[in-house]
Amino acid sequence: MTPVAISLEVNGERVDAHVLPRLNLADFLREHLKLTGTHVGCEHGVCGACTVRVNGEIVRSCLILAVQAQEGSVETIEGLSDSGEIADLQGAFRDRNALQCGFCTPGMLMAAQDLLTQSPAPDREQIREHLSGNYCRCTGYQAIVDAVETTARVRAGRAP
Amino acid sequence: MTRTPENPSALSVLDRPNSYIGKTVPRPNLDRLMQGRGLYVSDIELPRMGHVVFLRSPHAHAKIAGIDASAAKRMPGVIAVVTGEELADVISPWVGVLSHLKGLKSAPQSAIAIDRVCWQGEAVAAIVATSRAAAEDAAEHISVAYEELDAVTDMRTALDSTTPVIHPALGDNLAFERNHDAGAVDAAFAGSDEVVEAEFVFGRHTGVTLEPRSAVADWNAAEARLTIYQGTQAPHMVQNIAALHLGLQESQVRVVCKDVGGSFGIKVHIYADEMAIYALSKLLRRPVKFVADRVESFNTDIHARDHRCKGKIGVKRDGTITAFEIDDLTGIGPYSMYPRTSAIEANQVVNLVGGPYVTKNYRARARVVFQNKNVMCQYRAVGHPIACSVTEGLVDLAAMKIGMDPVEIRRRNLIADDAYPCASPSGLRFEQLSHHAALAKLIKMMDYDALRAEQAALRASNIHRGIGIASFIEVTNPSAAFYGVGGAKISSQDGVAVRLDAQGAVICQTSITEQGQGSESLTAQIVGSVLGVSMDRVRVILGDTDNTPYGGGTWASRGAGIGGEAALQAAKALRSNILDVAAAILQSTPSELDIVNNSVVSASDGASRIELNELARVVYFRPDTLPPGIQAELMATRHFVPREYPFAFTNGVQASWLEVDTDTGFVKLLKHWVVEDCGTIINPQLVDEQIRGGVVQGLGAALFEKCEYDERGQLTNANMADYLVPMSGEMPDIDIGHVVSPTLESELGAKGAGEAGTAGAAAAVTNAVNDALSPFGVTITEIPLTPQIILTALGRI
Repeated sequence: MTPVAISLEVNGERVDAHVLPRLNLADFLREHLKLTGTHVGCEHGVCGACTVRVNGEIVRSCLILAVQAQEGSVETIEGLSDSGEIADLQGAFRDRNALQCGFCTPGMLMAAQDLLTQSPAPDREQIREHLSGNYCRCTGYQAIVDAVETTARVRAGRAP
Repeated sequence: MTRTPENPSALSVLDRPNSYIGKTVPRPNLDRLMQGRGLYVSDIELPRMGHVVFLRSPHAHAKIAGIDASAAKRMPGVIAVVTGEELADVISPWVGVLSHLKGLKSAPQSAIAIDRVCWQGEAVAAIVATSRAAAEDAAEHISVAYEELDAVTDMRTALDSTTPVIHPALGDNLAFERNHDAGAVDAAFAGSDEVVEAEFVFGRHTGVTLEPRSAVADWNAAEARLTIYQGTQAPHMVQNIAALHLGLQESQVRVVCKDVGGSFGIKVHIYADEMAIYALSKLLRRPVKFVADRVESFNTDIHARDHRCKGKIGVKRDGTITAFEIDDLTGIGPYSMYPRTSAIEANQVVNLVGGPYVTKNYRARARVVFQNKNVMCQYRAVGHPIACSVTEGLVDLAAMKIGMDPVEIRRRNLIADDAYPCASPSGLRFEQLSHHAALAKLIKMMDYDALRAEQAALRASNIHRGIGIASFIEVTNPSAAFYGVGGAKISSQDGVAVRLDAQGAVICQTSITEQGQGSESLTAQIVGSVLGVSMDRVRVILGDTDNTPYGGGTWASRGAGIGGEAALQAAKALRSNILDVAAAILQSTPSELDIVNNSVVSASDGASRIELNELARVVYFRPDTLPPGIQAELMATRHFVPREYPFAFTNGVQASWLEVDTDTGFVKLLKHWVVEDCGTIINPQLVDEQIRGGVVQGLGAALFEKCEYDERGQLTNANMADYLVPMSGEMPDIDIGHVVSPTLESELGAKGAGEAGTAGAAAAVTNAVNDALSPFGVTITEIPLTPQIILTALGRI
């Protein structure tokens, strides 16, 4: 296999690299760019730990190849943290202890932010439904649902 | 109850001004994890690091006739291909037995299989390459000649004379048997109005930590030292075992444990492939890394709970339970795990059945057999879900038989809250439990009578809802009785060192570990409270055998109760030392002074006398200004282990409210309640979240999780798409209440809370399903309660 050249934007920075065609985006982010906040839990698109945003849509980075992100824009947990985009959501997670081991958390935050962007006032059932593609083995989910619900209320200008 | 804690203090840490004890404060380490800046083992890279992939057996039982790795060795990027025989030169085999589990036997196990594989997934060769992908490519070019042997898969026939013996040298497939007989069981059954029997079947399941098991081992030949980076719950245990089998001194092994992506008991053991990683680093004189993929996780992370337990209960018309009897059978795979052994779960089942109840008549047999499946060992709430499901299932069956409400039969039989201290028929000693207070609180929280009315009303419209109740006891704060007495070098004590730095901040090193429970937070809360220092000034260091006191780690619900008490005592000692110096500086006496809000103050009026940063400046940089003969000691270390009670038992009760769709067999969980008594609560939010997380793991076992083996010992659902775990959409909200009975074994009074949720959740759900199905005359005693099981019981399929 011969490496191919790719160019893309990752967290707002231009990245040029040579990668094997078989390299998935998760491994590219972690091993080539050292963005280790994107976690690999199952490597077949079930657990959601590797969720990132590509061109504004959340995807399982273990299920797409790095070459498929050619000329695209990839955003990871590091990018969303540094830009401050999800600072309030992270604050709600902190206050509610909505994470224990933290391994699912970057993907969970990505999925939650996606929901809050699409649907400003989700009810608990909608939150639970939207996060059902992101496994958490520690919390039992209730604290996560609470934190997302609180963030939605605050963003809508309602009391938490 | 019989012992006054040492160092009784006039000023209890529990009611000091500005105490953090009993308060919800955010954990100090969350931002790192939320911003993707954690450091899990899979994130670690070292110079010259090789990546290890294991070639694993496709057969459950086979002789290895030959391994040809010549083609693989020529593949690009391959550093080495190592077989079990080659690795045996650097690491010795082990046998997973403990002397206090009398009669427990197992066979020698090697890091990589040598002549024979005994389960599907056992490693037969290690490929080390410059990348994991290169190693995986090479693995496909190794050819192994197997001669398949008969696989022993059904635990029910494992002891039959016609079944092959997996380890002929052991004589049979029986690993362990325990018999217990207390009171007068036969007479009690004979004197009962009703005797009910049932067989309870539990699906083999596993922990599914979201971060797979991973290890990096770095043998530095020039230093003659091995550094192991591993997400383990017990770093000093890993240090001991790695040194023992590599022929090193413990001082030659350092174990570093940074962030851990879930553990739940899965990461408290030492796996053969982890031993292989340590050995490969030594053999190849370079760092090597192993990160399991998900298929490997399912095939090699310990499984648990594969039990079939026959149970029997006697009851009188007035609801008095007269006796319990069980006959438990469990299959543990081909080896007893190392070093904690695979007999502990069955042993716990014998210990715990009937534990909440008054009756003294109890007979039990537990048999542990070998099979050609993945190894089984301790997973969160070891034995508890089995014991609780059997006990509470039997109690409900007895209640149904005599037509008594399930709450009422429990009220009549739970040990009275003023009966302590007392002992269970299996010999467990209870210091102080609160079954009745917990049940009363639960009934109020759930509004039991209203739910019963709702249930009855909905029956009319063919909606079948059920209520399930499950009382339980939980083993926490284990002393040396758990492992140490059996010869395992697994510490039951923990240590904490606390020091004041040169700017008046506090650095705290503890031997307990953090896997998300909040060990860092509870340590900082205790130290800050006792010292009078704000939590933002307390930094906690853990997970490093070079840089923490010696101790057990975090497992068996011991971190807060044991490590927390060590932190409390260390902080008290440091506080005393600080006040000695402050008295010398201020020409006062320690008793006239206190520390509040990072300052030494007058005890009488709270007026600030000297800030801690100023005190530290004087001590570290101008000790010449201290009075002659004063040598400040701004560091203190204390250790703690429970001595009076082998285990600090906790108790609680859970309730499930659910709906069964009798057409599809689906169960919808509507609500779940838990009342739990873990003694002193250090951080209410962390306790509640431990319980919620534990409940959901128990709900997974109740409804979804099962490792499905076929008759040839092939695991057929070893991936996350086919092995179901709870998702957010199908989990209920869980309400939690507390009763507080502190242990008097420690000044802190904290017992554990990590396993309470898992202990009783499945029992509550099963009882609720049977309650929902009661109009159909159906009783199910098998989990997971899949639609297939439910529809089969209903005769619909």
